[in-house]
Formats: sequence, C-alpha cells, structure tokens
Amino acid sequence: MINQLTAAEIAAKLRAKEVSAREVTQSFLDRIAKEDSHYNAFLTVNSDQAIVQADQAQSKIDSGDHHPLCGIPIALKDNLSTRNIKTTCASRILENYIPPFTATSVQKLDDIGAISIGKTNLDEFAMGTTNENSAFGPVHNPWDTERAPGGSSGGSAVAVSAELAPLSLGSDTGGSIRFPAALCGVVGFKPTYGRVSRYGLVAFASSLDQIGPFAKNVEDAALLANAISGHDPLDSTSLKDSQINISDLKAGSLRGLRLGIPEELFGPEIDPQVREVFELACDNLAREGAEIKRLSLPSINYGVTTYYIIAPAEASSNLARFDGVRFGPRIEKEGHIESFSATRGELFGPEVKLRIMVGTYALSSGYYDAYYHRAQQVRGLMTAEFERAYQDLDFIISPTSPIVAPKLGGITDQMALKALDLCTIPANMGGFPSISIPCGLAYDLPVGFQLTGPVMSDEKILQASYAIEQAFGRDYRRPPIL
Amino acid sequence: MSISLDEVRHVANLARLQLSETELLSFQGQLNSLLGHFEDIQNLDVSGVAPKPHAVAMQNVFARDIAHQPLPREEALRNSADTKAGLFIVPTIIEE
Repeated sequence: MINQLTAAEIAAKLRAKEVSAREVTQSFLDRIAKEDSHYNAFLTVNSDQAIVQADQAQSKIDSGDHHPLCGIPIALKDNLSTRNIKTTCASRILENYIPPFTATSVQKLDDIGAISIGKTNLDEFAMGTTNENSAFGPVHNPWDTERAPGGSSGGSAVAVSAELAPLSLGSDTGGSIRFPAALCGVVGFKPTYGRVSRYGLVAFASSLDQIGPFAKNVEDAALLANAISGHDPLDSTSLKDSQINISDLKAGSLRGLRLGIPEELFGPEIDPQVREVFELACDNLAREGAEIKRLSLPSINYGVTTYYIIAPAEASSNLARFDGVRFGPRIEKEGHIESFSATRGELFGPEVKLRIMVGTYALSSGYYDAYYHRAQQVRGLMTAEFERAYQDLDFIISPTSPIVAPKLGGITDQMALKALDLCTIPANMGGFPSISIPCGLAYDLPVGFQLTGPVMSDEKILQASYAIEQAFGRDYRRPPIL
Repeated sequence: MSISLDEVRHVANLARLQLSETELLSFQGQLNSLLGHFEDIQNLDVSGVAPKPHAVAMQNVFARDIAHQPLPREEALRNSADTKAGLFIVPTIIEE
C-alpha cells in the first residue's frame, strides 16, 4: 500500500517507474475522500490541481533530472498562502480568502514538482494547543478519534499520522509543530528561526513563527526541511546561507553525544507515565553511548508567562489588518471604527479575541514596561541560559508534551491548556532548532522525545535524530485504527 | 493587579473589537486569571538584562531598489468586500 510508505520510499518507486506520479497522487486523494470524515484534517482538497501537478511531475521524472520530492504529495497548513487556492487560517474572517500570491516555502515545493494535495485544519490563526479552536470544527487524533491531535498544526500532524499524505508543512510559534507531532506519533521539526522564509505565512507572532515539516521519520523530515529552506529576499528575517544541508544525514552517531535534561522539564507537570517512557528512551540512548546529564535552567519556569505576553502582543498588531476593508466580509455600521469593530467582533473566534485583548493590554500605555518590556528581558535571560548550557552540551532534551493526547473538550481550564506549551516554548524564544521524535507509548498513546539545539545546529540535530530514531526502533508508530 | 469592566471595555475599543456584555464579563475573568499568572515575572530580577525582541538578531537588512511588476490591480482588489473604479471602498471617515 502506497500510503504506508515514507516519502523516500515512494520517491524510489517513482524513480524505478514502479508507480506513476498520478497513481501516487490519486491514491492519497482517494484515501482523503474515504477517510478524512473521521479526522477533519483537511479544509480544502486540491483534487483537480493535484492531478495536473502530478502529470507535470511525471514529465520531470521521465526526463531523469528531478528532486527526490518530485511527485510526492504534501499537505499544507491552511495559514500558508497559496495563489488561487483558498487560505482560511481556520477563521471565518478569511473564510473565502483567495491569496494572489504563494508562500516562498510552498513555491519552492511547486518548483521541484512536489504536489500540493490540500490545505489542513488548524487552530484559528494558529492560536491553540489542541486544535479545538478551528472555526471549521476540531481535528480528531487517529490514535483515538475522541482525543485531540494537539495544536495548532493538528491537521498537518494527522494528515501524516493517518497516512492521508506522506508529508506536510506546519508552523511553530510556541510548539505548534512539535506538540501535535508528539501527540500523533510522527516526527515534527522546527528549524532555526530564519532558515525557512516566512513570506506568505499569515503572521501570528512574527518574532517566533517558523515553518517546518511533519513526516513519518527523520529522513523524510530532513528531505522536506532541505527543500523549503534557504535565503529569501522577500523575508527580511531570512538568514544568509540558510539552506539545510542533509548530505551527511546518516553519518550521525550516538557515541559521545552530550544531552542535558533540565529538571524544570522533569517535574510534577510531566505525567508519570510520560516520564517513564521518556526515561526508558534515555536509558536506551545511554546504552548506545550518549552522555546524559541533569541540569537546571530556572528561566524555563517563566516561559509560559513570557510567551503569553510576547505572542499576543505581536498578534494584536499583526491581526490589526483584518478590518473588513481589504479582505473578508464587512459588517457595515454607522462610522468607520464601529464598522471595523463590528466586523472583527463578529468574525474572530473567542481565543483569537482573547489573545488580541491580552496583547493590546500588554502594549497599552502604563502597562508596556511591566509586561511587554519585562517579558522581552526574560526572553533575553532564557536565551542566554540556554546558550550557556550549549557550551557543555549538544542538545537539551525533554518530553515534547507533559501529557498524552487529551480527550476533545477534556481540558476546560484555559491556563492549564496554555501551560502544556511548557516544554516547547523555549526553542521559539531563542530561535533554536527543535525536533520531536516518537519514543514510545503511554496509555497506548504516543509520547514525543524533544531535542533542542543552538541556532544553526539544524544539520547536527537532524543527524543525531536519525541515529536516535534507529535506537528507538519504530514498531509502535502506526495508529491501530489503520 | 485586577482589571475592571471599564478597563476591559477600553482595551476592546483600542483593539477594535465590538464585544457583547456577556463577552466583556467573560474576558474580564479570563484576563484577570492570566494577569494573575503573569505576576510571576514581576518579582524576577531582570535588572541589566537587555530586552530581546528578535529570535535571531540581524542588522541593516536592505532590499535592492529595483522596479518590478506589481500585483495587477484587479487581483489586489479581488478579496475586498467593496470596491469601485479600481479602488477599495472604505467606511466614511470624514463627513461632508
């Protein structure tokens, strides 16, 4: 069955002419049509256009000169702008928005002949931890469809986990790739900030947002990271020489790898069974020659607060553009401020409105110093603490999520939901590359193992992850429902 | 620190969000809960720590000043609720 294969395996079959690009694309389209009613992972399926792209990809393959991802279907989080294809951000305010341009990351995939198979569900404007904030209904986790897949890139995580696409793209502002990857049992990678262009990614928190891949394994994630990375003059925060080089991917070894577990990510917040699975994984790596030590990074305790000031502050500014003039429907009232306010009040969902309110408050006169300025100082403190730790360590490790996938509607305390980002937030604060790899099951649900490294260590983190994945084995990867 | 209903109303106005009375009350509760949690950084010693506004700091990023084909007007206007004569129609701001 094609759907069970990795992207690299499908690529080999395409090269060997054992299967055509059209057959591959059609098989995934058929699966989406048949299975996605269980998951709600896709908001738009590009059925017709995908087949056209597949035939174009086939010509490239036949010519013999093509990228490994040519002819491979890829699902795209619906906050990535796609020219002539609806891009909703799972919000009613963009329900019928059709971008006139394409995000650089997606354009790069188009150029090498990858297939944009569809747009995936997310928390509205990528704001959420469980993917329950979508205006178009929650996404269901294939490991247990009564459970959440994690957010905010829940649709992209489920697309890969439920084998509706071999690969997908998500965006990660405070953990939105790694967290759902962990809860759905797939690999999710957030590259160093600036290695993948943000041009065309609908902005949530510009200093934290980064695009990255979901895949069945590290090799596939690396292939996709390589394809979307690189300097882009259209994004002023794009780094020079930023393409992620994966030629030495399989050369990594665990011998002498220096890993550190911060005690702040190993406290009572972590579910005991998750902790047990993580500890077994660590023992496994130590047997293979990794050196694992405990350390303290006290500023991690302030990560959630810092994030929930900085991200909403940036969001309140970024989302000011949605006023009913240039995009989306408009609710007409007497006076322009009344029109803007009515449109925004009616069409944004509750979580988006809450975050705009938090951000506006934190930036408002009289509170700026106590909240926004201070949060940026804590961000500086936290980054410096991690950078000091990297002088003696290759990577900081922890469980990706404190818990396994929660029941849909199971967590009602808003602060408890937000606190689930504890382990993933520091990487966004420092711009660090960070990956989640499946490392076992607790309560028969996936547990993610997270590695975070210094800025620009993407190649090293992928190499180490490749070796770690081999050490973990992959017997527990497929959801039983499949 | 706790936020009054009038302050919530003021912030909603700054944010250009029209909220019902029920929403205002709900946001008052949620904001107060969040602000309560935000207290933890108020006691942290950050004296002398430079604020970090960017993930990876960069300086002097310039774009080359080259003329290029802009987006065609009809495409730029395509997603607007109201346009006329190749322009966005905005709500009336200045009375006659």
